[in-house]
Amino acid sequence: MSTEPVDRQEYNITAYTENQVGLLNRIAIIFSRRKINIESLNVSPSEIEGIHRFNIVIVETEEVVEKLAKQIEKQVEVLKVYYNTNADVIWQEMALYKVPTDVIAEKVLVERLLRENGARAVVIRKDYTVFETTGHREETDSLIKALQPYGLIEFVRSARIAIIKASDGFHHKLKDFERREPSEEVAENEFLNDREQVFTM
Amino acid sequence: MFQNLPSALLAASPAVPVLAPATGAVATLQALVAEGVDTIFGYPGGAIIPIYDVLYDFKEQLNHVLVRHEQGGIHAAQGYARSSGRVGVVLATSGPGATNLVTGLADALIDSTPLVCITGQVFAHLLGTDAFQETDIINITTPVTKWNYQVTNAEEIPEALAKAFYIARSGRPGPVLVDITKNAQIQTFDAPEYQPCHHIRSYRPAPVVRPEYIEQAAALINNAQRPFILWGQGVVLGSAEQEFREFVEHSGIPAAWTILGVGALPTGHPLNVGMLGMHGNYGPNVLTNECDVLIAIGMRFDDRVTGRLDKYAKQAQVIHLDIDPTEIDKNVKATVPVWGDCKETLPLLTALVEPRQHTAWLARFNDHTEQEVNAVIREELFPTTEELTMGEIMQQLNEITQGEAIIVSDVGQHQMIACRYAQLNHSRSNITSGGLGTMGFALPAAIGAKLGAPDRTVVAVIGDGGFQMTIQELGTIMQTGVDVKIMIFNNQFLGMVRQWQELFHQRRYSFVDIQSPDFVAVAAGYRIAGQRVDARADLRPALERMLAHPGSFLLEVMVTKENNIFPMVPQGCSVAEIRLR
Repeated sequence: MSTEPVDRQEYNITAYTENQVGLLNRIAIIFSRRKINIESLNVSPSEIEGIHRFNIVIVETEEVVEKLAKQIEKQVEVLKVYYNTNADVIWQEMALYKVPTDVIAEKVLVERLLRENGARAVVIRKDYTVFETTGHREETDSLIKALQPYGLIEFVRSARIAIIKASDGFHHKLKDFERREPSEEVAENEFLNDREQVFTM
Repeated sequence: MFQNLPSALLAASPAVPVLAPATGAVATLQALVAEGVDTIFGYPGGAIIPIYDVLYDFKEQLNHVLVRHEQGGIHAAQGYARSSGRVGVVLATSGPGATNLVTGLADALIDSTPLVCITGQVFAHLLGTDAFQETDIINITTPVTKWNYQVTNAEEIPEALAKAFYIARSGRPGPVLVDITKNAQIQTFDAPEYQPCHHIRSYRPAPVVRPEYIEQAAALINNAQRPFILWGQGVVLGSAEQEFREFVEHSGIPAAWTILGVGALPTGHPLNVGMLGMHGNYGPNVLTNECDVLIAIGMRFDDRVTGRLDKYAKQAQVIHLDIDPTEIDKNVKATVPVWGDCKETLPLLTALVEPRQHTAWLARFNDHTEQEVNAVIREELFPTTEELTMGEIMQQLNEITQGEAIIVSDVGQHQMIACRYAQLNHSRSNITSGGLGTMGFALPAAIGAKLGAPDRTVVAVIGDGGFQMTIQELGTIMQTGVDVKIMIFNNQFLGMVRQWQELFHQRRYSFVDIQSPDFVAVAAGYRIAGQRVDARADLRPALERMLAHPGSFLLEVMVTKENNIFPMVPQGCSVAEIRLR
């Protein structure tokens, strides 16, 4: 008998962090110590130079997600954490499909395949062809179904990336953050490079 | 020169004009001196020899205490930090030296103790090769540190240590670990003049106080009929004892403590109604479920305090004051969250709270105290049986020390007795392993506590089980001559486990019968004076002898074998279901 709370759903956690060795582990531990599985994890530079952005997808209740978000934000090298339901974000995943070129060329009307699945041929070689689609899970899944009868050799899907619909961007938040909680001292270090100066006011 | 440094480190350092050639090891010790460190606990080894080599020249500035095991070193640093309010510093070598710190790091993290641990590491070019005495201490300690960092280049050292001290002591304090590879210790570089760290862009140690929440909290308190204050170590860590006392006395609200909060308000204060939690006092536990407004100050609603959460203070509106936003709503949902350092928030709250006297409500606590005295306390402190009780030892100790001593307790039944019954007039007088419950904590912690507060009497209260976990630190006492009064409450059992087995496992005493050496003889082997007591008539003179003795003294007291600690909130029960017997 399942005792799982009924209000578990996918949440997208967005964390803005320093680009620091070991931080991924520090963040991952916050989930693993509670035995929570990370469904998807993407780390990339953000729109702000020197600040990285984590996109983490988990299936949990809001109560748990809120606590996790606070614990991530508490880490010294983390600047800000948001969490959102799928309805609150615009999200995408990318998928690559490798199939034998001869089969595709002979047996499938490639053009129709591409059009019907919103796909793009990335590489066409004698031995194989790689297609790419981008979208929600069900959208990227549909091309798998279409290609499987034709000898799908390999398939890979990326982690999810998400943009928060309501957010007016972290840059604005960071400025607000600094205005409300100004730094004690301006760190005027001759060794600071330009990117640091963005964040010291 | 600094171009390859991590940006986060650079962000911490202001202008650094003065450059002088130094090795990484010299820079490390210069940083400690600049941070005001006077005492270090440590144990040398291959990967930290360069730092120890320089330490030879720093003997005048840095008092290094050679412990007998790294776990002893970190517990001693915890005791030092807790008694002095300063950052405890530990040195250890790589591999086993570093891994021996893990228990102490976990203990310090959960009890918010500021520590800077410096570990040696194998040469950077050997990292990841399973080199001799190599462990990945950064990943091992990530879950048990507030922050950690691996230095692989001497140029990183000043900034890394500045950041380490700032993080350890600011906001909610905690342990940090800086791992320094051997090449970085040896490497010579143009060291800048040491600059302490005051700001890290991604670290906001003290949340901004929101006046609207102060106002909402004051309104709740002013309308309350049965308000109740729970306070924890946050009051001590924030050095807010005076502000707290003013709030309590001004508002007239009864206040109860967690074991790490005790002493912030003297135990004899008329509004101090006792200890919370599993082995806390009867009134504070029962009345938690009858108050209408619960004001939690610098405490984290640990499960040992709350018992069953779904039956915890459901009738009450909760005001939670804490510097750590993650504690708000973590276990108990707050009606009004008051983020911030309580040294800052409490005076704001006091200013808006009406002066009151809750006479009838306070009388209810006193009624419960009377019940508890009749059912438990009188017999524990003034036993009518022949055998000695732990409580009467504490009672006698209180009479002699008059609440002026620092009590360092280990973990188990004696800990609960010590915390329940110790009379404490001052803050930073109760040093114990609260969150982690680390047996073996007290002996080394007492060494550190005495070094951190050399003018105070330090009494370690330890069980026969816990004492044998770090018994080797008697060697540290012997070598340093530190004055620690060691009291072993010997019930010839792992007493708390035995109590649980008696109460909840049909008296199936599974491996709790522990044999001990002749502790007095062991102490004598370390040239520490001692005495064993098993008769009531000898107790008081022995305690007086111990306290009057110049230097350390070990007093072993044989106590009732199967005494239980009551009251008790059985696990899985509500605090209101606390058992008197």
